[in-house]
Amino acid sequence: MAKKASESSEGPEPHAQAHADPPGQFVWTRKDLLGLDELSAEEITHILDTADTFKEVSTRSIKKVPTLRGKVAALLFFENSTRTRMSFELAASRLSCDTLLLTSKGSSVAKGETTLDTARNVAAMGVDIIVMRHGQSGAPHMLARNMPESIVNAGDGSHEHPTQGLLDIYTIRQRLGTLQGVRVAIVGDIAHSRVARSNILGLKKLGAEVVVVGPPTLVPQAMTAMGCEISHSLDDVLPDIDVINMLRIQFERFSSNLFPSLREYSRLYGLTAERLKLARKDILVMHPGPINRGVELTSDVADGPNSCILQQVTNGLAVRMAVLYLVSQGTE
Amino acid sequence: MNDILIQNGRVIDPASGRDEVCDVTIAQGLIKHVGKARGKARETIDADGAVVCPGLIDLHVHCREPGHEEEETVATAAAAAVAGGFTTLCAMPNTHPPMDNDTAVHYVLHRGGEADLARVLPVGCISKQREGKGLAEMGLMLDAGAVGFSDDGDGVASTALMQRALQYTGMIGAPLMQHCQDPELMTGAMNSGPVAVRLGLGGIAASGEQIMLQRDLELVRRTAAKYHVQHVSTAGSVELIRAAKADGLPVTAEATPHHLLLTDAACMNYDSNYKVNPPLRTAADVQAVRQGVADGTIDCLASDHAPHAKEEKELEFNAAPFGIVSLDCALALYAKALVATRLLTWPELIARMTVNPAAVIGRPLGTLSQGAQADVTVIDPNKRWTIRTRAFASKARNCPYDGWRVRGRAVCTIVRGQIKFRR
Amino acid sequence: MAKKLTGKALEAALDRLYAAIVAALPNDRRIAVVGIRTRGETLGRRIVERLGKDLGTEVEFGVLDITFYRDDLSRRRGAPLVRATEIDFDLDGTWVLLVDDVLQTGRSIRAALDAIHDFGRPDTVRLAVLIDRGGRELPIAADFVGQKVDAPPGCRVQVKLKENDGEEGVRIIRRP
Repeated sequence: MAKKASESSEGPEPHAQAHADPPGQFVWTRKDLLGLDELSAEEITHILDTADTFKEVSTRSIKKVPTLRGKVAALLFFENSTRTRMSFELAASRLSCDTLLLTSKGSSVAKGETTLDTARNVAAMGVDIIVMRHGQSGAPHMLARNMPESIVNAGDGSHEHPTQGLLDIYTIRQRLGTLQGVRVAIVGDIAHSRVARSNILGLKKLGAEVVVVGPPTLVPQAMTAMGCEISHSLDDVLPDIDVINMLRIQFERFSSNLFPSLREYSRLYGLTAERLKLARKDILVMHPGPINRGVELTSDVADGPNSCILQQVTNGLAVRMAVLYLVSQGTE
Repeated sequence: MNDILIQNGRVIDPASGRDEVCDVTIAQGLIKHVGKARGKARETIDADGAVVCPGLIDLHVHCREPGHEEEETVATAAAAAVAGGFTTLCAMPNTHPPMDNDTAVHYVLHRGGEADLARVLPVGCISKQREGKGLAEMGLMLDAGAVGFSDDGDGVASTALMQRALQYTGMIGAPLMQHCQDPELMTGAMNSGPVAVRLGLGGIAASGEQIMLQRDLELVRRTAAKYHVQHVSTAGSVELIRAAKADGLPVTAEATPHHLLLTDAACMNYDSNYKVNPPLRTAADVQAVRQGVADGTIDCLASDHAPHAKEEKELEFNAAPFGIVSLDCALALYAKALVATRLLTWPELIARMTVNPAAVIGRPLGTLSQGAQADVTVIDPNKRWTIRTRAFASKARNCPYDGWRVRGRAVCTIVRGQIKFRR
Repeated sequence: MAKKLTGKALEAALDRLYAAIVAALPNDRRIAVVGIRTRGETLGRRIVERLGKDLGTEVEFGVLDITFYRDDLSRRRGAPLVRATEIDFDLDGTWVLLVDDVLQTGRSIRAALDAIHDFGRPDTVRLAVLIDRGGRELPIAADFVGQKVDAPPGCRVQVKLKENDGEEGVRIIRRP
């Protein structure tokens, strides 16, 4: 339902007529952001471009715009996450949007209320956007199917973490100028990683090449269905890539026997200064955080000149502002 | 005076090989005559342009009673059956408590009798409490009126138990219906494959079905039991059944509407209406199952009608229960998958819903011969209609077919010589 | 679709506008021109260039995208691309000339005033518009007007500039 820009920025409000963009320009229409899988390259680019605009807001003395004033964003975090939550809270606040926070501990969820009922009850208080992190793949899709409010996926099970994917891609674009032909390696527990999936999907759509790296138990052959290459050797992959994104290893994977020990993992797949010598001098080192120093990355790499990790966090704010703004304008 | 006269329909009776335009006369609950009508009847049905066939039989229906009457009852399932053109349904035993004894069988038969719509024939459990450990009282259940045995919902994982079960049913002469699924390969919510990887959902491998089927066929070789494969979903299973039949083993099989029409790609939006066990598989599997039905490898069509309440399915994909309902619309779905695609003619389709399933359960149903039970379905094969779940006679609405435009519909369903449904 | 102003007529209107602005310029304060995207920016640039050539006056130039300040964002109608606001100079104590192509309800200008005050506190803000077509919904008035145009309420007044549209002129379009 992409309407022409000249029509959509006018509407029945004549004051907007003077600011119509040339007809035929892309207009964002989605009311939800459930994943990068269903977005076109044009839509992803639109989000990144909009994030550029919001970066500028963060450089002003008054780091706020009244865009979503009077709107309410409910943050439903059924899975713990301090950083993503804070990032969304701040993004909403910068847009003058009020926020509500519900975490599952000690809430109605603990009493057995279903996800949909919890969301509906919160929405009934008068909520425009629901930002949800949930342990089950497809939970936000279920909400979007049953509720008129905008749904933003802040991470669903093993499926996607679209704003993380977007901010990773934004960071690469910012540093390298483009994604066409860029070679990106993602290292870690790919099979269970929603960050990996969102990255792979978004990067492929924008013309990058992706290789996923890790042991066969965490990076099974079936992952090629996502359109990426697979390697089980980090050393083999390093010389030939522009960006390396180190995923966080979760300790519970080891108790489930998918890998013998952290020591062995970091020996084979940890990024050290020594290993970094195998890579191009200007390789970008990224990590979604929080870092397990000494496991995925050593401190000298995490804090070194190739690291974009803090930039990722800063960019995350602009990207999330862009997402909240865009879905609030979505018509479908 | 006769009770019912069905005039001028295309009478298709695969059991006798009949396919001609003529009349069917019913009196006192039996087929009195097939051919030019003689004498008047109290009720006349003009079947011009329609197909008149033996009442359709569905070997695989979950009535949910006792235990989950909020999802469905024997009465509502029987109502959905006749609305869909089915005169007989086989009630699966995964109720609460499970149907593992003759009292439970009597109960379900009784409820079916009270409803007085479609015939309800119970299928008893293979194992006590459906736990897969010890044999249930199959002999007593058979005497009480069970027509077969299954632990449906699960397969019998223990090889030793399965072997004993086959020996036992071989002795009492009832079919053993298996839900082939290795429980250790069952840790997912949908078909294992690229779609599951993309969706971040655990996968149920096709091999899980084939491994148990293969094991069972080895056991069947050594016993005389009738073995029926429920809801065949993979190309590999079709191959195994084909080979087994070629070897002369007493194996029969069934397929559901969803395994003839839908693939795992349908799960892309996490709509739990597509969550079913066995799961929707790949396009190649759908093709193979269709081909299997066409060439007779798969003998019967059975809906695996599995009702759930709205709040049960309105959960995350992993959390939602498995199941699709289709009694109200299955006929049109089979026609869409098999007749519209020219894989089967109407007589061939009807055979897989009448004489074939009747043979699996060994009952004198599924035929229009003189003196047979007057179970008759009248079908308008050309009727175009849109499936609307809100109009279902079933209590449940959990199916993905809402809004589907289909062709072919039952217009009259007669059970024991009485009209139980008329559109 | 009647053309209301030809390229020549538009040029004349712009000249009138420019002359009025020049006559009112202060000489004791920093001057800044802020154009409202999209065509206000174009017009603003032209004004700044002319001021530079004619008077040798160095004037700051900024661009404002008012999308985030609009009061009709509750009506969802999709989101075309927003471009960044670029005001990289200090607004405090300046004499600011806001420039827009068409003035009607006054709501864009209200939004622009809000946006400007998030950047700093100008000493004075004046408004220059190429076309004033009437129909105010707020008590906003332009200080400098190129041309008054009468357009019935159901119509849109469309300004075309060669930098944006490849041609010059003003059209009145009946909206469907």
